[in-house]
Amino acid sequence: MNASLTSEFAGTGTLLRFFLRRDKVRIAVWAASMGAMYLYCMTALADVFGDTASQQARASLMRTPASIFMAGPGYGLDHYTLGPTMANELLLWFCIAVGIMSILQLVRHTRAEEESGRAELVRAADVGRHAGTLAALGTVFVANVVIAVVSFAALQVGSLPQVDNLAYVTSVALTGMVFAGVAAVTAQVTEHARTASGIAVAVVIASVFVRAAGDMRAVGGSLLSFFSPIGWAQQMRIYVDLRWWPMALSVASILVLLGISAWVATRRDFGAGVMTVKPGRADAHASLASPVALAWTQQRGSAIAWAVGFAIMFVASGTYLGGDTLESMVGDLVAQNPIVADVLNPQAIAASFGGIMLLMGAVCAMAYGISAVNRARTEESAGRAEVVLAAPVSRWRWIAAQLVPGVVVTALLMVLAAKGLWLGQATTGGTAVSFTQFVGTGLVYIPPILAVVGLAVAIYGWVPKLGAVPWIFVAWGLVAGMFGQAFSMPTWVLATNPLLMQHTTGQTGFYWLPNVILDGPHNWWGLIILTVLAIALFVLGAAGFRRRNVPAV
Amino acid sequence: MSRALGGKAETRHTLIGGRAGCCLRLESVLTPPKTEGTTMAPQGAPIEIHGLSKAFGSTQALDGLDLVVQPGEVAGFLGPNGAGKSTTIRVLLGLLKADSGTASLFGGDPWADAVALHQRLAYVPGDVSLWPNLTGGEAIDLLARLRGGANPVRKAELLERFDLDPSKKARTYSKGNRQKVALVAAFASDAELYILDEPTSGLDPLMESVFTGYVREVKEQGRAVLLSSHILSEVEKVCDTVTIIRNGKAVESGTLASMRHLTRSSVTLVAQSPEVVSTMAGLAGVHDVDAQPSGPDTRMTFDVDNDDLPGILAAAGSAKVTGFTVQPPSLEELFMRHYGDDVSATAISDDDGDGGTAGGVRSRLAGRRARRHQGGDAA
Repeated sequence: MNASLTSEFAGTGTLLRFFLRRDKVRIAVWAASMGAMYLYCMTALADVFGDTASQQARASLMRTPASIFMAGPGYGLDHYTLGPTMANELLLWFCIAVGIMSILQLVRHTRAEEESGRAELVRAADVGRHAGTLAALGTVFVANVVIAVVSFAALQVGSLPQVDNLAYVTSVALTGMVFAGVAAVTAQVTEHARTASGIAVAVVIASVFVRAAGDMRAVGGSLLSFFSPIGWAQQMRIYVDLRWWPMALSVASILVLLGISAWVATRRDFGAGVMTVKPGRADAHASLASPVALAWTQQRGSAIAWAVGFAIMFVASGTYLGGDTLESMVGDLVAQNPIVADVLNPQAIAASFGGIMLLMGAVCAMAYGISAVNRARTEESAGRAEVVLAAPVSRWRWIAAQLVPGVVVTALLMVLAAKGLWLGQATTGGTAVSFTQFVGTGLVYIPPILAVVGLAVAIYGWVPKLGAVPWIFVAWGLVAGMFGQAFSMPTWVLATNPLLMQHTTGQTGFYWLPNVILDGPHNWWGLIILTVLAIALFVLGAAGFRRRNVPAV
Repeated sequence: MSRALGGKAETRHTLIGGRAGCCLRLESVLTPPKTEGTTMAPQGAPIEIHGLSKAFGSTQALDGLDLVVQPGEVAGFLGPNGAGKSTTIRVLLGLLKADSGTASLFGGDPWADAVALHQRLAYVPGDVSLWPNLTGGEAIDLLARLRGGANPVRKAELLERFDLDPSKKARTYSKGNRQKVALVAAFASDAELYILDEPTSGLDPLMESVFTGYVREVKEQGRAVLLSSHILSEVEKVCDTVTIIRNGKAVESGTLASMRHLTRSSVTLVAQSPEVVSTMAGLAGVHDVDAQPSGPDTRMTFDVDNDDLPGILAAAGSAKVTGFTVQPPSLEELFMRHYGDDVSATAISDDDGDGGTAGGVRSRLAGRRARRHQGGDAA
């Protein structure tokens, strides 16, 4: 009995070392990015909300439903300094980030390996039934520990209490491990890696919603908040009134999930799941008859997910514009802090806030557009482009089919963002910005987004190796858009960001995009240039694709 | 092994003949190919390649390749991985632009007239990659519709013959099943030219024979097939002509019969008297003699130039020969002649040193054969 139990785990150590060797770069990148995020957040929060008045203004904002949804239960709102802010507003996002990382990492080494058949090779060797899962969990554990150590070091840079710093990174790591446990179960139950990680990520999203619902009932949350693994981390009252016992819930649930995973593993065949997949269509729907229909089938799922995400995010943000929350908060802030005056224009607070939210939307829509172009790259490198191009389909038609759905969805996302903001504002009785102004601003952002997407197309057509370059504009668009004015960057530096929008009424300095929420006159030349540039880059890219080898070598 | 392979090919021939016959019933389902002069499309040989070169950076993938495929011809395109087969096919499909030389499909330029030419061909890639969220059936319909529409009767028949479940998502298919999806899509379409890049990799022998049946069927309808492969028995079974490609050059091409004629056959004879060895070894065109006592008799193997076979037959008639087999060179041996030096580098060399590169290769091959025979006798 004992010997057979040991044999169930045979090879765990070897596999763990192997997984870690495969993942060392991944883990390093995650740890470095997380550490950088901690540093950035601490510095940014300390700078922007450095004094008592602005802290209290922010604390009052944190009592609104939309804020509770996107932050936490609101411990320490009475004395809302850097520590409570980190715990209340950022813990959620760090938990989501490591949760998703842990899920992807675990599924990558378990169900994905099994589905590809590589695990069969491994299992045929002297390797026990549970060794793969255990080694995968070990890898995720190491990843979480490395992230925790790096994050701890980052937190120590500030002057926050050390024991709370420790609690912070430990709670994040444990939440990551809980979701790794969830993925260990879904990887056993489902037959496909995508389904396994999909269900586990859905559990993360559900955890966000459940704790949000619980937290909205009362400041500090309610019993419902304890039905979410993210809630357990947030309920530790880090930096406010630290308590450790919610961690026990995380540890217990990790053990239970591992037990369930192991139990399922002993009851199923290799390669099989517990959930069976229902058969699909034997014949294609009549509409699946063209390259564009094919491309749309490929991105329909992610387009819908983005649209739903945009709708939730912008309707929720729009609710800030109703009532007087925003006016009073920003009014106080601006009185205290001139930097805020640069970020949020006091002359038209609602307009600026709407503009900044739409800037976020523009950056996200740009990311969607670039990833849509990269789908063409994937189709090509996977050899699927070749199959379609071997049919009577011209290069023009193929590249157009790849790009049209992406461009249309990108533009629709901006319209959706604008309408969402307006709807959120309207439901809370706000009238500061009109429907036309919102939609107009959303539309103004479309040409610069498509200019960057066009750059991605041109790069794809001529130098496909440099596919990562357009992402610079996404990052830069966000940084320059948010802080460009505050840090008084020179105009020529700011002009490298095509999302640069008019900042004040009658602004004489350079801007690409007129801000239609502000009163005129507006300078439309930048917008016209960007429109022409976008079209030119699309044509240029398609022409490059027309003349190059497929697949590009 | 090559001998056994030759024999197997013979028996399969008749078996497949029967299968092909049953496929022909379905001819009515498929409209006959457009005959010359009835279309506006440019006319010419389905495939004509002369002096084709293509380099990727410093790698010369194709280096002056020649290849012609006529209507109604099944052309084998042989070469190991990396010889340039897929590159040639991608040039023919207008996916890659040639550096120099000419390639034409039906007399048209595959790069400039891709769309018009693709209406007349069907393609099966070597490593079929499908859209993971589409089912096999959806992928087949899509590919057929891109070519102008699927014939549901033909599709159903092909699915049944290839034993493929079309309702599964492509990401769940094995390599063999993905290959079947591409084959069903190709044979369901009404093409004048089928370009098949290692189409049977991943298929089991039963499915391979279904595939061979369909290749014969399209051939009998006067359509052309370019079958790239490194499975020699498959090429031997269905191809009329063979082109062997090496380092981007055609090193041998022609009908299988004419290629065999250029080379030697191997002879095994059993005689009561050991004197037969010296008699035979003295005749013109005899090479690589090997003799072993086999019970009371002597068993002798040697290769002979095909032109000198009559002399051997005459000599055998006058000697007291109790067994006599002449085996034409198998495709494997033709192939090994061109790739033998690569192989012999890793093989144990017991070269008896008759000098010259080609001769050396041949003798090494003969030596390997002899060893196999000895092994066979011992067992």
